Amino acid sequence: MSAADDTPASGGKPAGNKPPMSRERIQQARRRALRAILLGGGVFGAALSGYLPIAYAQKKRLRPPGALDEKDFLASCIKCGQCVQVCPVDAIKLADLVDGFGVGAPYIDARKQACDFSCDAVQCILACPTGSLTYTKPDFLPVRPGAKMASKPILLAKENDPEPTLNLAERIGVARLTRPESCLAIQDKGFKGQARGPDFKGELRYMKVDRWKPIKVSEHPYDTELCDLCVQACPIKGAISIETVFAPDGSQRKSPVVHEPCVGCGVCEMICPTEPASIEIIPGEGWRA
Amino acid sequence: MSSILRNRFIEQIWVMFGREPKKPEAKTERAIKLHEIKRVRNKEDLQAAKEHKRAHQKVSNKWRNRRWATLIFANLLFVVSFYFDIQILEGALTASRFIGFHLIDLNSALQVMLAHKHIITNLLIGTGTVLVLWVLLGGRTFCSWVCPYHLLAEWAEKIHLWLVRKKLITDQPIDRRWRTVSWIIFAVLALATGYTVYEAISPTGIVSRALIYGPGLAMLWVLALLVFEVFFMRRAWCRYACPIGLTYGVVGIVSPLRIKYTLDGCFHEGDCRKVCLVPHVLDTVIKGRAVDAEVPIGPDCTRCGLCVDTCPTGSLKFDIKGLSKLL
Repeated sequence: MSAADDTPASGGKPAGNKPPMSRERIQQARRRALRAILLGGGVFGAALSGYLPIAYAQKKRLRPPGALDEKDFLASCIKCGQCVQVCPVDAIKLADLVDGFGVGAPYIDARKQACDFSCDAVQCILACPTGSLTYTKPDFLPVRPGAKMASKPILLAKENDPEPTLNLAERIGVARLTRPESCLAIQDKGFKGQARGPDFKGELRYMKVDRWKPIKVSEHPYDTELCDLCVQACPIKGAISIETVFAPDGSQRKSPVVHEPCVGCGVCEMICPTEPASIEIIPGEGWRA
Repeated sequence: MSSILRNRFIEQIWVMFGREPKKPEAKTERAIKLHEIKRVRNKEDLQAAKEHKRAHQKVSNKWRNRRWATLIFANLLFVVSFYFDIQILEGALTASRFIGFHLIDLNSALQVMLAHKHIITNLLIGTGTVLVLWVLLGGRTFCSWVCPYHLLAEWAEKIHLWLVRKKLITDQPIDRRWRTVSWIIFAVLALATGYTVYEAISPTGIVSRALIYGPGLAMLWVLALLVFEVFFMRRAWCRYACPIGLTYGVVGIVSPLRIKYTLDGCFHEGDCRKVCLVPHVLDTVIKGRAVDAEVPIGPDCTRCGLCVDTCPTGSLKFDIKGLSKLL
């Protein structure tokens, strides 16, 4: 801002052969400089305040598939929303002012609408003009521990296709049973009805209903003896299953268990019928055995 | 190009960066003669001629209407492409795809390149396409013919000018070098912090996204800017702050499309300077200032055409370099 401070009043003549400025002119110049500082302070204050939400973020954003690590992602994202436009289930949203430097950057609110890979080919990555979402990360960028997939994830919808895998090298997060106490399976309960109630607007592709068109979750009621909605809805092969586990009190329970192929898409979090969801995506998290 | 016009060409680049235009040191013989004729002309005749022109002046909003139509069409094309999923112009003004071809805003591309320090092919292609487009059409043409904030600011300016006429407020101008400082600081911030700092407050990006993806809280910032411009500083953002404008200004330095000033018919009444967003580019219309009989307007001009509409004598016209010679 220093240059603004010492800028002379516009129209100010070079000193020397001209008579000195009148008192009024000097005051005018001073006011001009003050205004410049005011405007500059406002503009750069506003711009730099964008750092605060980054520094004080309580919860990380879940970024679309193929996203670079958060810092690189925000640096490279041009905030155009082309990824938003290609998503068939409208899972991708653009962040607002409260995200600071992240304003206009895409994120997924999995509980509202998760990425279910209805597009079959991770089209958001294809749409990205700057490589913020990428199939192959450039070598000089670091890989978060546990982010690298052991092998390309198999999309259940494409399981019988010649190319059944998704072109994803890294996961965007990992599903965790964050509230085991509320999980219906652990309580040995079943589930009957609309997973998220009649008013829920989220969509999923059900292979048994339509291979090509996602439908509303509310239009697809469930009826299970033991709740396994997260397993039923998971689009990735071998990412989650119901297993017998031992509870801390030594009793045998059924529980959803997340496995290495989990990409962090968030479908389990969206479909989980408990409120709040018993299973959630931890954005940016790596796989830990 | 004569050396006199070349000097003016270079001076206009400095004027774009914020220097105040100076009285020219040298003029062509033709210009000197024309200035002379104007000076010795009978005062009464001159007054009569002025009044005659005024009486026959066609009040026209031709270029403004064309420009507004273009601006609204371009921005609506984004909106309908997404809304009806017709995929003509996908994305937002920061980066988009026109029937599949990458288009990337030059300043946004610069911010991303400086912050991320890595350039992928698509980014380069999109930037190149847009660069060629605006070199041809005149860099800052983007501002007045495409930027949606420009339109909002134009309306805010109307309110501002009305309040000024009512003597309720006065314009509070500041030094124009401020915009160059702003450009440098935002470039350095992107490079140093690794965040696209400018994109967080860019009204162009915010308004464009608000139109396409729905408005959010970020529009409050744009609203604050507009309120500031209405009550305090005429066109503050575009004149003194916007780095996008300067980026495109630099791109437009060699543009063949510009406004051309013809000294002969001009009465030097300054109507054009009153409507101009960047009146420093029109210093040449001040009595005695034109360095030649015909003077092209400098790169900071947004080619908005308000001066062309306003001029009662047709002394300011759109011009394509070399085309008049060719025809």
